[in-house]
Amino acid sequence: MTLLDMKKNQVAQIKGFLESSELQSRLVEMGILPGTEIRMIKRTPFNGPLEFKVRDYYVSVRKNDAAHIEIYS
Amino acid sequence: MKTDFNRFIALIGNPNSGKTALFNQLTGMHQKVSNYPGVTVDRKIGKLKLNNNQHIDLLDLPGTYSLTAESFDEQVVTEQVLHWLHSDEKPEVIISVVDASNLSRNLYLTSQVMDLGIPVVIALNMSDRTDEAKRIAEEDIKNMFGAEAAVYVSASQKTGIDALKSTLSFALRPHSANVNHAVKLSNISSITPLIQWLQSEFAYTEEAAIAQGLRLVTRNSTFKLYKNYFKKNNNALDYKLTKLESIVQQSRDAMEKKGISYKIIEATLRYHWLDKQLGSTENARVDKIKESSFSEKLDKVLTHQYMGPIIFVGILYFIFQTIFTFSSYPMEWIDSGVAAFGHSIHQMMSPGILRDLLVEGVIGGVGAILIFLPQILILVFFLAILEDTGYMARVVVMMDKFMTKVGLHGRSVLPLMSGFACAIPGVMATRTIDSWKERLITILIVPLISCSARLPVYAMLIGAFIPSEKVSGIFGLQGLVLVFMYFLGTATALVIAKIFSRFITLKSHSNFVMELPPYRVPLLRSTLYQVYQRARGFLTDAGKIILAISIVLWFLASFPKVQHQETGEMMTKIEASYAGQLGKKMEPFIAPLGFDWKIGIGLVTSFAAREVMVSTLSTIYNVEDGSGEMVNLSRALVNDTNEQTGKKTYSILTALSLLVFYVFAAQCMATFAIVKKETNSWKWPLIMTGYMTSLAYFASLLVFQGGKILGIGG
Repeated sequence: MTLLDMKKNQVAQIKGFLESSELQSRLVEMGILPGTEIRMIKRTPFNGPLEFKVRDYYVSVRKNDAAHIEIYS
Repeated sequence: MKTDFNRFIALIGNPNSGKTALFNQLTGMHQKVSNYPGVTVDRKIGKLKLNNNQHIDLLDLPGTYSLTAESFDEQVVTEQVLHWLHSDEKPEVIISVVDASNLSRNLYLTSQVMDLGIPVVIALNMSDRTDEAKRIAEEDIKNMFGAEAAVYVSASQKTGIDALKSTLSFALRPHSANVNHAVKLSNISSITPLIQWLQSEFAYTEEAAIAQGLRLVTRNSTFKLYKNYFKKNNNALDYKLTKLESIVQQSRDAMEKKGISYKIIEATLRYHWLDKQLGSTENARVDKIKESSFSEKLDKVLTHQYMGPIIFVGILYFIFQTIFTFSSYPMEWIDSGVAAFGHSIHQMMSPGILRDLLVEGVIGGVGAILIFLPQILILVFFLAILEDTGYMARVVVMMDKFMTKVGLHGRSVLPLMSGFACAIPGVMATRTIDSWKERLITILIVPLISCSARLPVYAMLIGAFIPSEKVSGIFGLQGLVLVFMYFLGTATALVIAKIFSRFITLKSHSNFVMELPPYRVPLLRSTLYQVYQRARGFLTDAGKIILAISIVLWFLASFPKVQHQETGEMMTKIEASYAGQLGKKMEPFIAPLGFDWKIGIGLVTSFAAREVMVSTLSTIYNVEDGSGEMVNLSRALVNDTNEQTGKKTYSILTALSLLVFYVFAAQCMATFAIVKKETNSWKWPLIMTGYMTSLAYFASLLVFQGGKILGIGG
């Protein structure tokens, strides 16, 4: 399962990044790393980025990047 | 390299941690400001006055999540930090600005800053957003990091500023003691050789060597940073770099053997340490992310999947309609004020060249531009509000998919929106786009966005030639035409972006991570300050460029004088003047677009700045009139009659053609200069000017000739 599979308001814990994730170095600096909990907030218009809440803030990432982040089911 | 420098304090913090607000509080807004608003995505220096009347420089840097660089504005910070490590020019104290309502992520950067071996004061900003009862004590945070002090402040509410200043005075005391370093990272044995090498070759402290070592292993960009730094500072020791590269590779190999992912090692170790210090357990974190903030609820409407885009378009439409309706009163006041002023000067002075120059050249030219100040300020005001409320960040997210489709990036939205005010801050704002290809394309199309300098030209032509009537009872026709001009520029910009993205063959790794800051009531003070800066910039421009051009133009339009055929008196005949001759020479090229020699003169002068077109025409008509009464430009344009044919010189078709020309044409030297600087080449600004000029010429040709065939405007 990846972030892409999460439903609205679902809470999950991050398991890790797929090797091909280009974004992992940036995301971990922002505190989005294996073991961190994350809540899916919403999808945005035009099939755009997904919005999540992590730690104390809201962040949005593109769908194909979300598909590179694995969660514990 | 600069060797003499003032002692200084530096501000480092996450994007949106309120760093600049704090900078303004500490310096009392006496910072160096540029002629253009928002031009400093760069370093900013101000004077900080401490409580004991001591003064010291304060350096503001762009926001960053980490001391590794991804985008160009972050590079400014990482280059700066590397320089501090490798030279004597380093801050006395670093203020680590932290958003207290978002502690763990912000303190990550603080833990990196601690490793530099420079005394740190932690400013826990936005304290007004935190619950005082649940706060971690200042003392605990100070000890957690071994900082000089930690202080809760609120730059927006102006609280804690004095306390911060006293801790700064304390931290500045002469003391030999090393920084009391409390950040401890574990499990770094895989990079021990790298750490030892950095310590021996660069004389780093142990902490700095660990930190830089981790960063070198984590990111390739860090190695590039070293390479560039050595190149720039002329002590490039190739063998050191080669050695460094190979040790970094060995460390990575050692980590992979142990099954450690080197790409995330620094963050993993730091957050592990940080979460433990903050007592942030799994349960606590889950509780936090389950909290639904006010902004989250508001976003259910504002960024709703279907309603969101509609609301955005509605807001834009409202802004542009308001520009036309709200500004009409102040514009009338300025208009009659300028006319009265010109009239009284005319009365006061005796006839002669000086009077003509003042009334026709200076007051005529500068006055015609001043009228449009209210419209420009209303536009700048609304743009500042959109940004300050936090709405702009949402627009970036909403538009990302669309922007990607035309070869841009979600973050291109802000530069393009800034472009409505002025292309220069727009081009600067592209620094936040980390992919060079998308950044370059954004730079090339920002000048197509109708900036506020075009507004006077639009407003002049629309006011003169478009009837002020209502369409379907509610929409003003003039406002609609204005909105259409903005739409035309924007839509074309997007099409051009798509074309460029096909032809520019650069590799690009496009990333998108966008933090959504909480909504807030805009700080009126800072919004008004932006408006004030734009007004000041506009008035200095009017005072310098427009004044100079108006004077030169007045001479060129007034001389040589010709002898009146009947009376024998010497008189001004613009067509025979130097300016007139120039315009006449241009006519063969611009006549197919519907432009005559007067507009031709304006096209030449507006290369200095677009709005000069308005002052140029005003000066020409005032010289031609010569009565001393200020000429109303709109009326003069509409009533201008061809002496031979007796027909009106300008039809609505000429106006439309000229409008379209101004939408596309690249008439701005300052934009050329900034594009040259940001792309570091002559190639791209020349390509930009070339494509925009051809676009303008052919679009105007199409409008005028097409309109003639259709029989519009006679």
